[in-house]
Amino acid sequence: MNSLNLDPKRFWKTIKKLGYKNFAGVPDSSFGNAYQFMIDDHEIKYIPAIREDVAIGIASASHISNSKGGIILQNSGLGNLVNPLTSFNLIYKIPVLMIIGWRGYGGRSNDAPEHWIMGEETTNILDIFGIPWRSFENNNYEIIEELTEKIDELSIPGALIIPPGSFI
Amino acid sequence: MIIRREAIEHILKYINDESIIVSTTGMISREIFSTKDRPSNFYMIGSMGLLSSLGLGLALLNKDKHIYIIEGDGSSLMSLGTLPLITYESPINLTHIILDNEAYESTGSQKSISNKISIANIAKACGYTNVTQINDKFTLDKYLKNLNEFNGPNFLNIKTSIEKNKNIPRINLSPTDITDRFKKYINE
Repeated sequence: MNSLNLDPKRFWKTIKKLGYKNFAGVPDSSFGNAYQFMIDDHEIKYIPAIREDVAIGIASASHISNSKGGIILQNSGLGNLVNPLTSFNLIYKIPVLMIIGWRGYGGRSNDAPEHWIMGEETTNILDIFGIPWRSFENNNYEIIEELTEKIDELSIPGALIIPPGSFI
Repeated sequence: MIIRREAIEHILKYINDESIIVSTTGMISREIFSTKDRPSNFYMIGSMGLLSSLGLGLALLNKDKHIYIIEGDGSSLMSLGTLPLITYESPINLTHIILDNEAYESTGSQKSISNKISIANIAKACGYTNVTQINDKFTLDKYLKNLNEFNGPNFLNIKTSIEKNKNIPRINLSPTDITDRFKKYINE
């Protein structure tokens, strides 16, 4: 478990300031209190998307409506995103901020068997598709803006990866 | 049963120029493109099953416009979970149209499962405001004439036949052309 003591309030404030207020997704325990913070924040519109591919479909509507969209998911759901990413977002150049909980982080002894492989391969999968990513391994909020700048520059989705226990 | 091309022609005849159409991968988008291309058409050329969630997102963000989702039986069955999500959010400015030929026509007309399973009944169970099953052109015209664009979400399942013409032109816009043109349309 990480103990970065990230403040959910500061986290969402930073994200909102960068223009992301429309979210869809599937919850993950890695987000801790940050999930409820988002739900309670009336400036953020959140759709409980039932599946990760559905979430990215909904969030993609933001970009083509000249706004910014994001999704939240556990890294196991990255599998459900492979087709939308490769056949839609990456070829249509439709960016989405993907906030991904990193189950299986730090090795097999840290998590249940269903998270072992995806835990090890999450960043490799993103790299295969050329998707920019940053992870909260250091307690610095600057990576959020670094990532969104990269997302804007490339006009494709980018991933902000959250190891379990990052939030206070 | 209606010839799909005719169903598309009828639908396009009644849809206002300001309304948004999102259409699915394969022959449906190609037929819409070759029947009436318009700046407010968004063709999703791949990612089968993803269309209805994009349509839902658009409906929630563009409340002043009506959104038409046009997809096939295979596409809607692939993402059946999106149906209750649409009705959970319940955008009144959304019409979900299924061109149901009971087959995966774009890949060689292999049978789907909608010859035995009623997609309209599934939509009813999900709680769409209006669910209509259409089997002939006369009823389709009547429905489209009387469609209240802001009293949805509406669900329309149209039984269509397998298209004989296999030479439907491909969409000559690149995916980024489709994105850019649509963004420009929304901006205006």
